Amino acid sequence: MWFFNSPEIVYGEDALGYLEELPGQKALIVTDPVLHKLGFTDRIQHHLQKAGIASTVFAEVEPEPSLQTVQQGAEVLRNLQPDWIIGLGGGSALDAAKAMWALYERPDIEAETISPTFRLGLHKTKLIAIPTTSGTGSEATWMVVLTDLAQKRKLGLGNRELMPTIAIVDPILTQNLPAKITADTGIDVLTHAIEGYTNNFRNDFCDGLCLKAVQLVFDYLPRAVANGTDDIEARERMANAATIAGLGFGNSYAGLAHAMGHSFGAYYKMPHGRTVGLFLPYTMEFTARGGLSRYGDIARFIGLTDSRDEALATAGLVEEIRQLERRVEQPTTVGELDIGEEDFMAALATIVPNAEIDNGILAAPRMPETEELQQLFEYAYWGRKVDF
Amino acid sequence: MGYQFPGAEWTAQFHEELNKSDAYANAAKHWEGDIFLIIEEGGAIYLDLWHGHCREAIYTTDISSKQPEFKITANLEKWRKVLSGKLDPVQGLMTRQLKLDGNLVKIMKNVKAAQEMVRCATHVDTAF
Repeated sequence: MWFFNSPEIVYGEDALGYLEELPGQKALIVTDPVLHKLGFTDRIQHHLQKAGIASTVFAEVEPEPSLQTVQQGAEVLRNLQPDWIIGLGGGSALDAAKAMWALYERPDIEAETISPTFRLGLHKTKLIAIPTTSGTGSEATWMVVLTDLAQKRKLGLGNRELMPTIAIVDPILTQNLPAKITADTGIDVLTHAIEGYTNNFRNDFCDGLCLKAVQLVFDYLPRAVANGTDDIEARERMANAATIAGLGFGNSYAGLAHAMGHSFGAYYKMPHGRTVGLFLPYTMEFTARGGLSRYGDIARFIGLTDSRDEALATAGLVEEIRQLERRVEQPTTVGELDIGEEDFMAALATIVPNAEIDNGILAAPRMPETEELQQLFEYAYWGRKVDF
Repeated sequence: MGYQFPGAEWTAQFHEELNKSDAYANAAKHWEGDIFLIIEEGGAIYLDLWHGHCREAIYTTDISSKQPEFKITANLEKWRKVLSGKLDPVQGLMTRQLKLDGNLVKIMKNVKAAQEMVRCATHVDTAF
């Protein structure tokens, strides 16, 4: 028994106009201070006004949202009691909105204990997720990533009831995204799609979604990065790819690159997409060496090869990913990130154990021993081909 | 003829398998906590697990006899799937096919230990 969960997805140009059709009287917009300052919230409020919905803004979400911020937001919800929570932003704002929703309706639980093993019983309000980046796919998943500031580690939480009720995917919101963020988030999409297709919880419902998302990233990410505002088609297809990959990996699982990227990113405070994408090729090489991969399917689907030789097809796909990463100016080694070797090797004493307990690891087709995980990080520092 | 699951002899064999597994000892080296594996049709296996070692394993029909930190409950058919490797225990918990009373986060931090534990169970010659 497994489940496939999805929000109602409103996508394409003018998708934001759907807000004008919403019933209800009150909404809380959960976002970050930058988007608020840039006028994104005004745009949402304008549509809500047409629906006769009064809105309040909670613009306190920081990058990699903390438990404390989420608790603060839940308190705002308790005072406001809105019909709708509207998460507006990248993964941080959307994940914060989900966690606030849970804590608002379930003040008896701690954020750290949100898990799929019990019913939350949410019924007071509904969640609309509006992404402003094409990356996390959080608008189409029930997962939540929060940061425990005290322990310098990310907490992967989730419950199926935290799937947004509606996802509004309007490319107008990503049209002006800077090239660097477009690349960081786009590589995140690729990682979701590849790990969603290859992890132990993969399933028939998700396979097609993941393959399509991989294809869209290879076709449109370089254009979205290079052409920016001028290429609305590339923006739209990348926005679609992010949501499709979100559905794909959100209904199967992630993998080892996520465990390594989460742990590394939390330690060095680096963007999620950049870190998971950096480790992806190394984890693919490692997994393939265990004879446990399905990377050949992906290579064939995107037209890289006709070969049925899994090792050959995997090597081709890994190389294609590295080329894509270089093309969109993403790092392919830790050494490129201005992190000293000595500092990194010392940091591994924290990073490796945290990666081992990150829940991204649990569905990895080939689970590394502690020493292998240490080695994978070391190889990623120097950019070595994985040979173990 | 294998050892009947659930039962005292099966539990004793499982206890032995756990304590002779280096892989389990290594994967569970940080684990501290006792656990009840409860079979809905009747019976439960109590395991006191500590730093990669099983300190005590008892089969009982009285689930009020212990108050462990974790209780995992399922029907016999689901346990059969877990013990034959057809149902990943963490996937089972996430989909509520195995009902958990306890902190999932702690278990998910020890996924390798859970998987090695199941591997040990598969080494027991089991009859259902």
